[in-house]
This record gives sequence, structure tokens and C-alpha cells, in this order.
Amino acid sequence: MKIAVLSGKGGTGKTLVSVNLAAASKESVYIDCDVEEPNGHLFFKPHNVSKKNISVKIPIADENLCNGCRKCVEFCKFNALAYINKKIIIFDEVCHSCGGCSLLCPEKAISEREKIIGEVQTGVSDNVTVITGILNTGEASGVPIIKSLLDNEEADKREYVFIDCPPGSACVVMESIKDADYCILVAEPTLFGVHNLNIVYELVKLFNKPFGAVLNKCLDGENPSEKFCMENNIKILGKIPFDNELGKINSNALILTRENEKYREMFSSLLKIVAKEVEYETAINS
Amino acid sequence: MKIAIPTEEKSMDSNINESFGRAPYILLYNTITKESEFLDNSAVVAQGGAGVRVAQVVADNGIKALITLRCGENAEKALSSAEVLIYKGINGTVKQNIEKFIGEELYLLDKFHEGFHGHE
Repeated sequence: MKIAVLSGKGGTGKTLVSVNLAAASKESVYIDCDVEEPNGHLFFKPHNVSKKNISVKIPIADENLCNGCRKCVEFCKFNALAYINKKIIIFDEVCHSCGGCSLLCPEKAISEREKIIGEVQTGVSDNVTVITGILNTGEASGVPIIKSLLDNEEADKREYVFIDCPPGSACVVMESIKDADYCILVAEPTLFGVHNLNIVYELVKLFNKPFGAVLNKCLDGENPSEKFCMENNIKILGKIPFDNELGKINSNALILTRENEKYREMFSSLLKIVAKEVEYETAINS
Repeated sequence: MKIAIPTEEKSMDSNINESFGRAPYILLYNTITKESEFLDNSAVVAQGGAGVRVAQVVADNGIKALITLRCGENAEKALSSAEVLIYKGINGTVKQNIEKFIGEELYLLDKFHEGFHGHE
């Protein structure tokens, strides 16, 4: 089962939850889709890492063949091409690699070249296969890397796949949750936290995904995110306390589940609850 | 000489628009014949590359100088290929900008911002 972990902003605990759930599983795959700043590998410290370059196709124009019809310029809804002074100018970073311009060109003046935008690293950390997507600095979109991350045979073989999503609700998040069987929304106990929770709540509803919430950094007293969950009938899967010891272990890039029996139990029971929810959802939807 | 100015409204008393690519209208003005034409900017709702699209329009209309408050790197690349000079406008009306331009009181724009490219 594929479980995506998401939140409306960074720093709520997506990586904390997904890394520890993956580590608490008997055998699992952890996929870091936060390709602009992947950090799950800092906890797992995977070994036997293999790397694969990820590239996109970018148009390249042959001036000698171009007859200036401008079909490509008019077609591109991202305006990645211009025809100026009898020459096609291509703006690589505006291009979304749809391939339309080269298909349409009646003179076959536009061909495509590969442009490397990042890489996928695959390694092992005990019971967890760790797959990390890395987008090169300055590149505009991580979607092609996320597509490659999730199109993974290894992931299809394992019982549990945890997808650590980028923050927010943009294209990269949609791509990350597209094939997920279940979504875990991580929320902070503040009004701002509620706002961010609502962003991903709206998204998973739009995608018709079964979901539940994990309340992180819980303190005594009122929890606005908990209240929001109650009001909207969002299943609360678990609560993680705002805890000094937990914070210390985590900020030393150590995995709670592997360091401390108390936390291992906490995430094992969270995993059981999540697994039950996924089974239940799969059963009623099939 | 034909010049272009991004504007907020279709009027010589309109303020210059703070954006180039996303300006609602583009004024094409001939400093000799004093003819003016306001074009609707279709790139206002473009998913990306708005500056490139408007630069294409400016180039296609044989414009020699653009007066703008801001301009992105991509639009600059397209405009410089079209040999369009880019002048830094002043906060004020279109008319005031034209007067300053004719009085040779405007300087060339030397800062070009990075694009957002409609991704995400």
C-alpha cells in the first residue's frame, strides 16, 4: 500500500512521520518526493546508493529549416518560444517539455535534446529501501523527477511505501499523491496550522483520496487543528507530543523508532492504525 | 520613432503599468506622427512566459524603444534580439513618460528580474 504524507507548509513533521513509519515497518520503501530539499536520507543514511540522472526534452531549432511560419510560437501556451529577427528563440526554463512544437513544425525544423534536471538516488537502510529525488538548483519544476520516483518496480513489491511529499498543494504535491492509496495529513496545533491543514484537506478531497490526520507537536490545552478535525469529521490517526527528548533525537538526524523503545511503540501503533484504515478504505471502495 | 509603454488603461493619462508582461494594455506610440494605438495584452492571463509574448508583439510592431518600470530576463533577451532599447520609466502617466523620453531624460534599464515561469 502506498501512503502519502503531506502538509500545507514545511516543518510540520512530514519527514518525521514518514521516516519513522517506514522504519517501524517490517519491510518498506521510503520515497522522498520533496525534491527541492529532500532530507529523509539524512536520517536513513542509506548505503549501496545508486544514482540515475533525470532529464527532460527541450526543443532545439534548426535555423536553416525554419520557414518562419510561427506555428510553434503560437502553439506554446507557456510562451517558451519567440520568433524574432527571423530566428526562433527558445526559453528552456519556461518550457514544460510537452513536445508540441516539434510535432507541429511542418518543416521539421524543431528537434529535441535531453536536459538533465536532477537525479534519483536509491539506497538501503536496514529494513527500508530509500529512494530520494533531487532537483538541480535553478530548475523550475520537480514533476519529472517525482514521476520517475513513483514509477518504481521496487516500490510495487513491498508491503508499505511511504511517500514524503513536498509542502503545500502545488503540481509537485498532486503528482506525489496521484497514485497513493491513502494520505496522512500532518498538522501543527496552531491557527496557522489549521490554515495549512485546510490546504491539504481541500486537496485530498479534490483527489478523492481516503485520508486521516496526525497531530504533531501536541501540547496540553486547546489544539485548533484537533478542533478542525472534529468539526470536519477528519479521522485523527495519532498524536505526537511536543517533547524535548523527541526533538533532540530528531534534530540529531536520528530515527526515533530505531533509538528509543517508547517512540518505536508510538510509531508501531500509528502504523497499525494507518494499515487498518487503508484496508478498510480499500475494502469499501472495491 | 515607434515606442511602446505598458499601461493600466487605454488612455494617455493612464499610469504606466508596474509590470511589462502582465500589463493590461500596451501602447504603441509614434513620436513623429504622434499616432497612438492601445493593444489588449492577451498575455495578461498567460500560464507563463508573459514577458516573452509581449516582447514578441513589441518586436512584430517594429518598436525601437520600450519604456517600462520592470522587465524580466527572458523578455530582455527577446527584446535585445529584436534590437529594442529598454528605458526605465518613471512612476507617472503615459504622457509624462513620453515627454521625459522625448526630452532624453530617461535612462536605459539595467536591472532585469528572474522569471516565475508559470511552473507550480
